[in-house]
Amino acid sequence: MATSEHGEQTATGYIVHHLQNLSFGDGGFWTVHLDSLFFSILLAGLFGGSFYAAARNAARQREAGLPSRFQSFVELVVEFVDSQVKETFRGESRLIAPLALTIFCWVFLFNAMDVVPVDLLPAIGENVLGLHALKVVPSTDLNITFGMSLTVFLLCIYFSIKIKGLGGFVAELTLQPFSSPSKPVQALLMPINFLLESITFLARPVSLALRLYGNLYAGEMIFLLIAVMTLNLGLADLASFGGILAGIAQFIAGLVWALFHLLVITLQAFIFMMLTIVYMSMAHEHH
Amino acid sequence: MNINLTLVIQMVVFALLIWFTMRFVWPLVLGAMHEREKRIADGLAAGDRGQRLLVNAQDQIEKMLIEAKDRARQIEDQAARRSNEAIDAAKQLAQAEGARIVSAARDEAASEANRARDQLRKEFGSMVVVGASRLLEREVDAKTHAQLLDKLADEVARG
Repeated sequence: MATSEHGEQTATGYIVHHLQNLSFGDGGFWTVHLDSLFFSILLAGLFGGSFYAAARNAARQREAGLPSRFQSFVELVVEFVDSQVKETFRGESRLIAPLALTIFCWVFLFNAMDVVPVDLLPAIGENVLGLHALKVVPSTDLNITFGMSLTVFLLCIYFSIKIKGLGGFVAELTLQPFSSPSKPVQALLMPINFLLESITFLARPVSLALRLYGNLYAGEMIFLLIAVMTLNLGLADLASFGGILAGIAQFIAGLVWALFHLLVITLQAFIFMMLTIVYMSMAHEHH
Repeated sequence: MNINLTLVIQMVVFALLIWFTMRFVWPLVLGAMHEREKRIADGLAAGDRGQRLLVNAQDQIEKMLIEAKDRARQIEDQAARRSNEAIDAAKQLAQAEGARIVSAARDEAASEANRARDQLRKEFGSMVVVGASRLLEREVDAKTHAQLLDKLADEVARG
């Protein structure tokens, strides 16, 4: 743990420590953030496992009886995602709706890790498992958010080319927004179009990843700042008037921010899902 | 915060999770939901059908009830008419029988009276003859005065 010479943590040291990943590798590209990937895969297993169990349950119960509560919940989520997809995307696709469901649930679970008390899992990691650092919210790791947005980006390119053909895809990037009936003028406009369109196109995965990352990173940061309120206060300090005041202030601030954050984590998951649906339906559209 | 291999691994995990959801979760849940929707729709339709049948049956019951009431009334009327007829017939029969008995009794009484009257006349005639012979102190020849006596007896009888 980052401590000053007197054995006390500085606020900066505390925060920087919390923003460090448990990594494996040389620090360059060939580094893996073990904590982000661990929680990412754990939550993938939680989502996949529970939804698969509910789905199996639903399939087995086709003839008989009422769905269980969890199954009803799963169906509620599935129906919600399905209606969102149907409102936005009018084509035929076996991929978009499951993709949207995966994103919504997975990102929601990532973000939900943010309302776990900031020091709980790192403390367990340090004291029980001897881990020098632990970051529990995967969506505060740029690698994770970019990993998702780039996958969506690649899917968009793949479906654009598959649906419109390579020519159609290139035409989409070069023949708009400026177009002219005369061929020479059009040829002149093509580089400009390409520049504009490719920026728009490339901005999608970047904004998708950075929006999620930024929101969750900021949320995490606020939790850390709230936690700093009682940093280095021992039990004796907490018994003093100032200590009690600081404790109460920290509790209220933490509660208020956590409640507000519930909105943020749901909204960010929803936004990631909706934008993915929009981008995917744009990839399927003909011009 | 730097971009590294984590990103690539996350992409692979994400792709696997998408495949898993697409292959195992989505179709099963949606299939079960559609199945249930269909069953609920079928159930509702069956309920509607049952309701319609019930209404029809109730209509029929009412119709049958009215018919049965009509029929009962008819039967009742018929029975009443029949019994009246029977009573009338019996009454007529009884009256006729009564009349017959009365007239027979009357006939008998009349013949009885005639017989009594004849006998009375005869006895009175002989009594008159006996009385007359007592008065005359001699035998009245009944034969000689038969005409007279008969006339007398007739007068008595008539009187």
